[in-house]
Amino acid sequence: MLAMNYRGPMRVRVDQKPMPQIEHPEDAIVRVTRSCICGSDLHLYNGLVPDTRVGSTFGHEFIGVVEEIGPEVHKLKVGDHVLVPFNIACGKCAFCRQGLFGNCHESNPQATAVGGIFGYSHTAGGFAGGQAEFVRVPYANVGPTVIPEGMDPDDAVLLTDVVPTAYQAAEMGGIQPGDTVVVFGAGPVGIMAARCCWLFGAGRVIVFDEVDYRLEFVRNYASCEAYNYKEIDDVVLFVKKTTDWLGADVCIDAVGADAAGNTAQTLLGRKMLMTGGSATALHWAINAVKKGGIVSIVGVYGPIDSLIPIGNVVNKGLTIRANQASVKKHLPRLIEHVMSGTLNPKALITHRIPLEEISDAYRMFSDKLDNCIKPVLIPPTARS
Amino acid sequence: MENTETGVRSRPDIKGWGIDADPANDPTYPMKARTDEEQLGYTWERPTQQPITVEVLHSNERPNVSAVYGSTLPPKGLSGQLRRYAFKYSESDYKHWLPLVLADRVDVVEGLIDDIKHGHIPNIFAERGWKVKWKHDRSGLIKDIAVAAVITYAVYAWLSPGRKKRRRD
Repeated sequence: MLAMNYRGPMRVRVDQKPMPQIEHPEDAIVRVTRSCICGSDLHLYNGLVPDTRVGSTFGHEFIGVVEEIGPEVHKLKVGDHVLVPFNIACGKCAFCRQGLFGNCHESNPQATAVGGIFGYSHTAGGFAGGQAEFVRVPYANVGPTVIPEGMDPDDAVLLTDVVPTAYQAAEMGGIQPGDTVVVFGAGPVGIMAARCCWLFGAGRVIVFDEVDYRLEFVRNYASCEAYNYKEIDDVVLFVKKTTDWLGADVCIDAVGADAAGNTAQTLLGRKMLMTGGSATALHWAINAVKKGGIVSIVGVYGPIDSLIPIGNVVNKGLTIRANQASVKKHLPRLIEHVMSGTLNPKALITHRIPLEEISDAYRMFSDKLDNCIKPVLIPPTARS
Repeated sequence: MENTETGVRSRPDIKGWGIDADPANDPTYPMKARTDEEQLGYTWERPTQQPITVEVLHSNERPNVSAVYGSTLPPKGLSGQLRRYAFKYSESDYKHWLPLVLADRVDVVEGLIDDIKHGHIPNIFAERGWKVKWKHDRSGLIKDIAVAAVITYAVYAWLSPGRKKRRRD
């Protein structure tokens, strides 16, 4: 089968790889029909996540058709068109039973901090991802969800990560009616998070990024204020001034390890790999939020220490909430929102690219070429 | 320390234990639906273990390999040795993560050698997506190449035998 093949930082290609096999009684084999490149895939692409082995297949946002099931799979049948949450979760461990499906203890031998994630390095379990024609899906009774009749596949594929992550970012913010929320990052998650903040009753939503076409998009899509931080001397001071000198009630970091905007963070985190990534957005979030406020983190960082002003967290009495999205937990509500038209995820998709052109797709998304917001890869088996 | 029927650890032997507890004040909400099952330890009914058919490195912060794991890329070569060394140390230790970062870089070189051994000369330009970069951001690509060329030349000049000889003279 054709599958993405990571060869080193900023080098990927498509190669023939062996077909995935049923390796566990609860496995399913899924033929991929859509697969996205996620902003967090760029952290892998740029070589920022330790234990990303050459030969890996990335891709944790995908949907597809069930081709084969293991002997203990009883919730799916061959031929079902399913959306597959990016978390690999057993549903039985103490953490899954508390709704922490992103923190499953039975899906990742290599690290205890995070559960298994499709195509996200051996630090997240070493599973092959969905940027391929076929993929092995463990615990098929737990994660995969049959796509509701009438749902657009482009909406479905964004329910595997982007929408739940954005929704959880807003939910973790504990937004109260009337709150001012600042979202750092106007990538797909930041855009959707800005939209979701209104669902929780935000009174004002402000987005910062450095890419003008994305700022224009989020301004229209999420009906929010949007500013280019490069045109502002001091982002934190700007937030203070525009919130009557107190700061935002809630700040959301929707950027993570690849943040620009601070030379020292960029050098240490992105170039020298001495920290868990460039924590510029998180730094701003902590300093721009009000005393007693909440910082919600969904941007992904590497496991090594990062440079953040922890003293200000203490002195301001902040609450920090963070996690990988618990996709399965949010799906029922989010499916309602999509089916009712409250949320329109597919509007984020700007490029549909053949899987065979994955090198160009990564470059286009990484360098924000051709006004790219969200690229979707279509395998040849899904085009015929 | 005792376990009650609910699984919540309690200390009824300590005067005043829990008298100010307020279950509604739960900072984990909405992320976690509190059950406190983890207080019972590693006692849940584990899923069937995926047969361990390849070498699986596991964190020393857990006693076992998780019930499922990715099997496609077991450690190999020099990068594999570095990864085995890294997994002697906990996730809290730089001696875990920095060898993994180094192993990833060694793996890139091993990957190039592996490609060539299999008769495949990697097309670095295509793998880096320069075609689309050329189409949409030609000046950016030229700038990237120029910066890379300057850095490469500077490193070469710094390490070249001629420079060391000149310094000795």
